[in-house]
Amino acid sequence: MLVNSFKKSLQLIALVLGFGGSLCALAVIETYEFSTPQLEVRYRALSQELRCPKCQNQNIADSNAPISQDLRALLYEKLEEGASDEAILEDMVARYGEFVRYRPAAQGAALWLWLAPALMLGAGFLLLIVLLRRGKGVSKASEGALTQEERARLDQMINDKADNS
Amino acid sequence: MSSRLKLFVPLGLFVLLAVLLFRGLSLDPQALPSALIDKPLPGFKLPALRTQQTLSDADLVGEPALLNVWATWCISCRVEHPYLQRLADSGVLIYGINYKDDSVAARSWLDSLGDPYRASVVDAEGTLGLDLGVYGAPETYFIDGNGVIRYRHVGVIDERIWTGRLKAVYDALATPADS
Repeated sequence: MLVNSFKKSLQLIALVLGFGGSLCALAVIETYEFSTPQLEVRYRALSQELRCPKCQNQNIADSNAPISQDLRALLYEKLEEGASDEAILEDMVARYGEFVRYRPAAQGAALWLWLAPALMLGAGFLLLIVLLRRGKGVSKASEGALTQEERARLDQMINDKADNS
Repeated sequence: MSSRLKLFVPLGLFVLLAVLLFRGLSLDPQALPSALIDKPLPGFKLPALRTQQTLSDADLVGEPALLNVWATWCISCRVEHPYLQRLADSGVLIYGINYKDDSVAARSWLDSLGDPYRASVVDAEGTLGLDLGVYGAPETYFIDGNGVIRYRHVGVIDERIWTGRLKAVYDALATPADS
């Protein structure tokens, strides 16, 4: 009896694992036969650079959303037709906007994004220079602050101290 | 700048940042501007769903209209359907794009639930969808009398969204494009 139920649960586990395995197999993304290996390399590169409009944080190579499948099919067709990378990207942007590129072109609002690091670094350096200059000015002023009279007094004080000890 | 005023610099920066972040809270990160706004409807030649004709982009141009992307597998389209019917009954011209769907199922859907569309285009392969930049149903495009796309709404159209935003967009379609 006990052995029987143990056997049953084993069967159940095997069944569940089997289902899991078959689901994984279904999730595999379709493959394309390319006429040349170069096309396949470009297909890989482009499908990793194009963003899935539906899932938004995946590229079309990773995503199994229907729209990504369509875009991959379109990409494959265009590549086999002999379109250049630029033409394909332009074509995608014309449909889905600059959003579909993970490396948006440096123009319009995106230009600010590209320039921001350089601008901030420049501003930081400028601030640093200003602060350093100001600091130098202060130390120079204090250096020249002792008059002849004061210097004499200071010397005397030091001498007095030396005598006392 | 006096040193007193300098003390307010951190406060100023904080307020600026707070305003930016607060605005970020109300932005929808899923919202995508359509790349086809103010562009003409892409060309196509596809069969009609309920008649034997072939429809092209020219057949849809002439009057301000809504172009609704729908499918029987799309649950939100089912939700949206009664409201589209009401819009159609009130005189809004709606065309349908039956997107990557089974035509038999689509026909029986329209037979049983009612047909708010003047015509439905069968886009079984999703080619027109790709040209339009559709990434999921339902989506609704607003085209003016010259066949220029003026607006794209992603998601269900309901009473609140229609009266709140879309009605104004639709009314603006009727006015000449160059105004």
